[in-house]
Amino acid sequence: MGGKSDHDIILAAENLTKEFRGFVAVDGVNLSVRRGQIHALIGPNGAGKTTCFNLLTKFLQPTRGKITYAGKDITNLLSADIARLGLVRSFQISAVFPHLTALENVRIALQRKRGDSFDFWRSQKILSRFDNEALALLEEVGLAEFAHHEATELSYGRKRALEIATTLALNPDMLLLDEPMAGMAQADVERITALIKRISANRTILMVEHNLSVVATLSDTITVLARGKVLAEGDYATVSQDPRVVEAYIGAGHG
Amino acid sequence: MSVVAEPNTMRLPEERTTGAMPGYHIAIFALLLGLALIAPFFLYPVFLMKVMCFALFACALNLLLGFGGLLSFGHAAFFGGAAYVSAHAAKVWGLTPEVAIILGTLSGALLGLVIGSFAIRRQGIYFAMVTLAFAQMVYFAALQMPFTGGEDGIQNVPRGDLFGVISLNSDMSLYFMVLAIVFGGLLAIYRIIHSPFGQVLKAIRENEPRAISLGYRVNNYKLTVFVLSAALAGLAGATKAIVFQLASLTDVHWSMSGEAVLMTLIGGMGTVFGPLVGAAIIVTMQNYLASLGAWVTIIQGFIFVIAVLLFREGVVGLIAKRLRRPL
Repeated sequence: MGGKSDHDIILAAENLTKEFRGFVAVDGVNLSVRRGQIHALIGPNGAGKTTCFNLLTKFLQPTRGKITYAGKDITNLLSADIARLGLVRSFQISAVFPHLTALENVRIALQRKRGDSFDFWRSQKILSRFDNEALALLEEVGLAEFAHHEATELSYGRKRALEIATTLALNPDMLLLDEPMAGMAQADVERITALIKRISANRTILMVEHNLSVVATLSDTITVLARGKVLAEGDYATVSQDPRVVEAYIGAGHG
Repeated sequence: MSVVAEPNTMRLPEERTTGAMPGYHIAIFALLLGLALIAPFFLYPVFLMKVMCFALFACALNLLLGFGGLLSFGHAAFFGGAAYVSAHAAKVWGLTPEVAIILGTLSGALLGLVIGSFAIRRQGIYFAMVTLAFAQMVYFAALQMPFTGGEDGIQNVPRGDLFGVISLNSDMSLYFMVLAIVFGGLLAIYRIIHSPFGQVLKAIRENEPRAISLGYRVNNYKLTVFVLSAALAGLAGATKAIVFQLASLTDVHWSMSGEAVLMTLIGGMGTVFGPLVGAAIIVTMQNYLASLGAWVTIIQGFIFVIAVLLFREGVVGLIAKRLRRPL
């Protein structure tokens, strides 16, 4: 550990590389996420953003490279164990448990406080002790009235809100959000943007997002990926004026 | 869809989340118990015991398939393996039936632990293939090992005296012991499904990556449900060996695994009561249509095709859907 700036880094990737049968999806990426920031990962389709996410949360095993979270080398941990350290991810397609009620969805996360739930001989009635907490979390994302509805019946925007409530139930130090706005209507985008802003108060967030206005509104730092490599990094003003970014991202994607 | 638009949603009954056994489930259990108590006075008890053993076997498979989302094609290994152990314990070691059955159940659990540890590393069809491959190994072991009696199996297993005192030679006393075992097994499965463990299991089945991202080590849960299911299949097989006084290659044959899958699907996968109905249908057909010989298999196949085409949720699944209540 060097100076104070090193100490501020909560998640760091060094020379992160993932090869699929000769195709290099992520190529020597160095990434440092500062504690307390909202950090966005952007780039054109196929740039390796989601692969990067899967590597950081160990849903994929990196070919090379090292990942450090809160000063701990997590390169060889299991995904579930990374989540237990307080680094929790979301998914591109909404990740709810469809045939569980909204309340049950949140409770699954709260249940983790008991440690493992291998007690198959007990009645699930004992889980009702988490009901109030679960309701409070649903309230926070505006879903209290849907507590007893199955998640599959909720609208897309509400499913994403439910997903956030479930994630918050773990009270993680850091969230990795994979395209939180994908496929969302404008009204929902504003709601979820405000929600992300609110929950970022004492947390670090790393997110992949295509909606550039959301990225501009929320992010402190932006890393631009293209063809598996880091192209540029900085705040929105810096990055959006970088000619390489304009060419690779805006030029190619929105020309 | 936007949050502004009100979707067509349905509020679920409170008991669904509180985990209390809903009244109509208690009523169904009571009805089943009542029917089972009077049935042997009207129907042949050995036939009824066969139905009950297979019902428990199918329910054990359904615990894994319907509630764990894991399709095993190798459950005959646990059913038959336990049948051999319990038959051997009762006949050669001269143990009382309840001890023989407990040993059989434990052997099912142990075998489940071994096979499960390998199988859960794979998913979907590969999981099923691993279980099938191991079950075939168990089959060939049963064929070759001296203690299983090869083609003859273990015959003339004594029914013995329950706890060393109650003779089970009368079909009636045996019947009530089997009823207690099977009914206890069903209640155990019901509890497993409605436990904190069952809740996590449901989450894993619904969305495995999400369960992982919430910090659940999913393989440990899958292995646990696999072992529980294997133990219950073992309980069914061990009981069956005492009832029919026989453990044979039929019990470990792959077609026995297939039969359990068939019963589960016909009755309703993922329902509590479906496999009971499925087992009753299949065993009744086998028994009463036995005079038709090979045609039984053809009729079974035909019913299966009809079931898959017309009511994929199974008999009980279909009723549950109509009533909009889980059964």
